[in-house]
Amino acid sequence: MSADLLGWWGVPLAVLAGAIRVSTPFLFVSLGECITEKSGRINLGLEGTLVMGAMSGYAVSYLTGSPWLGVLAAGCAGAVFGILHALICSLPRVNDIAVGIALMLFGIGLAFFLGKPFIQPQAPNLPSIPFGSWSDNAQVQDSLRINALFLIGVVLAPALLWCFRNTRWGLILRTVGDSADAARALGYAVNRVRLFATAGGGFLAGIGGSFLSLSYPGSWSEGLSSGQGITAVALVIFARWNPMLCFWASLLFGGAAALGPALQSVGITQGYYLFNAAPYLLTLLIMILTCSRDRTLAGAPGELGVTR
Amino acid sequence: MTSTIKFSRRAVLQGTAGLGAAALAAGLPFGSAQAKDIAIGFIYVGPRDDFGYNQAHAQGAAALKKLGGFKVLEEENVPETVAVEKTMESMINLDGAALVFPTSFGYYNPHMIKLAKKYDKVRFLHCGGLWSDKDPANAGSYFGYIDEAQYLSGIVAGYTSKTGKLGFIAAKPIPQVLRNINAFTLGARLANPNVTTQVIFTGDWSMPVKEAEATNGLINQGVDVVTCHVDSPKVIAETAEKRGIMVCGYHVDQSKLAPKGYLTGAEWNWEALYPKLAKSVQGGEKLPNLVRGGLKEGVVKTSAYGALVHEKARKHADDIKAKLTAGSYVIFKGPIKDNKGNTVIASGTERGQTDIELEKMNYLVEGVLGALA
Amino acid sequence: MRKQRIVQVSPVSIDDASARWQDILRSGAEAVAVPLLAVLGALVVFGIFVSLAGVNPFETYNLMYAGAFGSWFSWQNTLTRAAPLILTALCCALPAQLGMVVIGGEGALVIGGLAAAAISQALPDAAPLVVQIAMAIAAMAAGAAWIAMAGGLRHWRGVNETIASLLLVYIAIAVFNHLVEGLLRDPASLNKPSTPHIGDANMLSTIPGTDIHWGLAYGIIACVLAYILIYRTTFGFGMRVAGGNVKAARMVGLPVGRLVLVACGLAGASAGLAGMVEVAAVHGKANASLIVGYGYTGILVAFLARHNPLAIIPVAILLGGIGASGGLLQRRLGLPDATVLVLQGLIFIAILTSEVLYGRLPWLKKVKS
Repeated sequence: MSADLLGWWGVPLAVLAGAIRVSTPFLFVSLGECITEKSGRINLGLEGTLVMGAMSGYAVSYLTGSPWLGVLAAGCAGAVFGILHALICSLPRVNDIAVGIALMLFGIGLAFFLGKPFIQPQAPNLPSIPFGSWSDNAQVQDSLRINALFLIGVVLAPALLWCFRNTRWGLILRTVGDSADAARALGYAVNRVRLFATAGGGFLAGIGGSFLSLSYPGSWSEGLSSGQGITAVALVIFARWNPMLCFWASLLFGGAAALGPALQSVGITQGYYLFNAAPYLLTLLIMILTCSRDRTLAGAPGELGVTR
Repeated sequence: MTSTIKFSRRAVLQGTAGLGAAALAAGLPFGSAQAKDIAIGFIYVGPRDDFGYNQAHAQGAAALKKLGGFKVLEEENVPETVAVEKTMESMINLDGAALVFPTSFGYYNPHMIKLAKKYDKVRFLHCGGLWSDKDPANAGSYFGYIDEAQYLSGIVAGYTSKTGKLGFIAAKPIPQVLRNINAFTLGARLANPNVTTQVIFTGDWSMPVKEAEATNGLINQGVDVVTCHVDSPKVIAETAEKRGIMVCGYHVDQSKLAPKGYLTGAEWNWEALYPKLAKSVQGGEKLPNLVRGGLKEGVVKTSAYGALVHEKARKHADDIKAKLTAGSYVIFKGPIKDNKGNTVIASGTERGQTDIELEKMNYLVEGVLGALA
Repeated sequence: MRKQRIVQVSPVSIDDASARWQDILRSGAEAVAVPLLAVLGALVVFGIFVSLAGVNPFETYNLMYAGAFGSWFSWQNTLTRAAPLILTALCCALPAQLGMVVIGGEGALVIGGLAAAAISQALPDAAPLVVQIAMAIAAMAAGAAWIAMAGGLRHWRGVNETIASLLLVYIAIAVFNHLVEGLLRDPASLNKPSTPHIGDANMLSTIPGTDIHWGLAYGIIACVLAYILIYRTTFGFGMRVAGGNVKAARMVGLPVGRLVLVACGLAGASAGLAGMVEVAAVHGKANASLIVGYGYTGILVAFLARHNPLAIIPVAILLGGIGASGGLLQRRLGLPDATVLVLQGLIFIAILTSEVLYGRLPWLKKVKS
């Protein structure tokens, strides 16, 4: 019986498994936000997009029986919100941060409104791939049963980085983000580039939401997101607009979030509120340590409001 | 079952809306339904179809609607602050509510007490509070000894667990929760004296990701039966089922969420209590100020056994259930030690369900792994 | 949008007094007409939305009016809900004068409420007025320190204040829960962990003739003071200059660091005061019921008011009214509680979009003389 119990070794395993499980929404939202911010705009509304994606993904998966259609629907819902953000922001004198907050509120409201009939039914979930079958240990096996969306995220992060650096599209995106005037002088349609960037960002954030409802924890409810969307926006700044760093930052954040329950399960029960706040404190501390008053952050798009 | 609730809810709401519209059209400021129907308000702290605490109350309200003769008003997601005071007042002033059920613990003091003083013709019945004679006479509180049902869940869990490790995911270390953890553990150790219950506090009443994480954390430690005390056990039941372990439900029947691993569950039986209370108010009887009851009074019930519960477990649990229903069995009976080795209930002392000491519980019994912050 | 306001002051030659008056009237009328149009637009979209959900929009409007402003009871409901929003909106509006987006009012409220509840325990025998003043000062100081932290990080470390203030909310809530369920817990608060009650004598009363607590008056006073600070003092002028262009402000020798710290401090103080009012007028103790999102709704109020402290008051009342009518929509029409969120979001989007209308309304176009 005791052979398959890991005891204290369960903590690092749980943190690793938790990091993989909990990080996926952070990963997708932060990759999406990374694209948007590279174009020189910040979309603070991705929390609303995430919740909307979670709801629509679950609803479509339930109605069609196909979780992958749900993921697609979640992405499309997110893209619609991204387009809305980009269109409103392209009007003169409109503040992108404010529009983000407005869309966050609207997205959450709309998702809760439309999501009422889907709280009860059970929708088919996304599959997981058993990477732990080499082990005889049931816990190792279960912890290494990794969701397909996470794997997509693992591929997406370096792919995005490569695109930013090596493709024409990446160059246009970065030019628009660094200086709208220069981009215009080069003949790029700044607003159109930002429209695509924000729509793409919304698409990924919507998929991040569908992970919550279709994979982990895997059902739709109104309390599903506890700020994952907005935290992911913070992660992008923390990750210096680098998709690979977004990936590591998401893993770190997910692992920190798994630490509290993991420690309690081996008997450390003091101060769980503080353990639960650890990811936020960690993010803040790292931001304090790495930011500087005198220079703008390396990699920061010059047009981005938040870094000015 | 759920679809019928929803259907009837919608039908009733449309009915009410129609009446309201008719009243508006007739030039009345606010219409109430036919004079003989008393309006009864239900206030929920979360969504009413959460597979948990709020759904249990909504099922009670639905039972009242089916009965007829009552106009049922419902509001969900009402926070425990001035919002609930204004909701109660709005139900009274605008919809003529004669009886209000604020169903969340935090609604009691100061909010409901304040309103009860202000509207002394209206009756207020609160779930979970402890009415004392300092509180207004038109107010009251009711609650169920759901630890009896948790005790039975514990017995079943103790017999069915193969690893001897049970898990309990709880929101906060408060007496109502501790009593459930302790009853569950005492029940389990009745079945198997070596069983332990690992407890995890999430810190909040509704945190799906954290609850799923806690469930996984417990499973990784070898736990093979989990139960919980959070507002919505949905995520916990689903996660347990996905990972192939067993689960005992809470608040309402969650067998649908875990068809393979669902053993049994501790459920509220508001469907039985609410019509009783509403009828007594309708009949003009004096408001009962302090209603408490367990299996005997039919305030709580247990879910039907799942397929994994073997004959021996069923028999033992049924036997204790019969004794509890007859009122001849005491769960908190000394000697009971806490998990630090101190005696908390001395040998020879019996703490029956009405014992006020139990409502102040601040310890975890022997066999529970975990500590109070 | 901020730059606009500064140049607005004197584009007209001083000797032409009537033209100047015309201009003030015009911009005044515009400041009322544009938001009104936006709210109307949002209501129309909202009407279409509810009719898609199968509900008669006119019945909805009717009920919303009845629930928010239709009777004295409804008015009191609305104003009670507006009270905390006025104070938390200032938490966003004051730093906004400097071009900063602070969204951490919820954290300052929670920390302020905790400080107020804690200090009341240190003064068991003091006169009620003394306790109340001490609670207000403690709450304001705690809130001020909390938001000033975000401001200081921005100024000295270049940490983005929007993100920092948000992270501080989560940290504030964790600290709050940790203390309320640990060190500061009243052992008698069994099933809802709370700090000890501040004592009935120390509770804030209601405004005479109403059941609205004094928090509403505090909020209105704070808004007036903030307005005077921003538009009638040198300090406020400095804030607006720095908000327009930090580099220019540094060049003319404005102490930007001090401006940032003071603006954030005052912002946090008003949210902290909101926390004190929640403790001293509503709950009588600090517990998890303080965390209901007033800080976040305050952000919405501030943006809708375009960060003008005087405009915050009517906007908070509007949002209080929407909140007050939400219950009726649930009970009479069977609409979900989230309907209110949808309407709030629509109004927010409409107000932001209406920004383009300034200077473009045909009947309010500037007359060329």
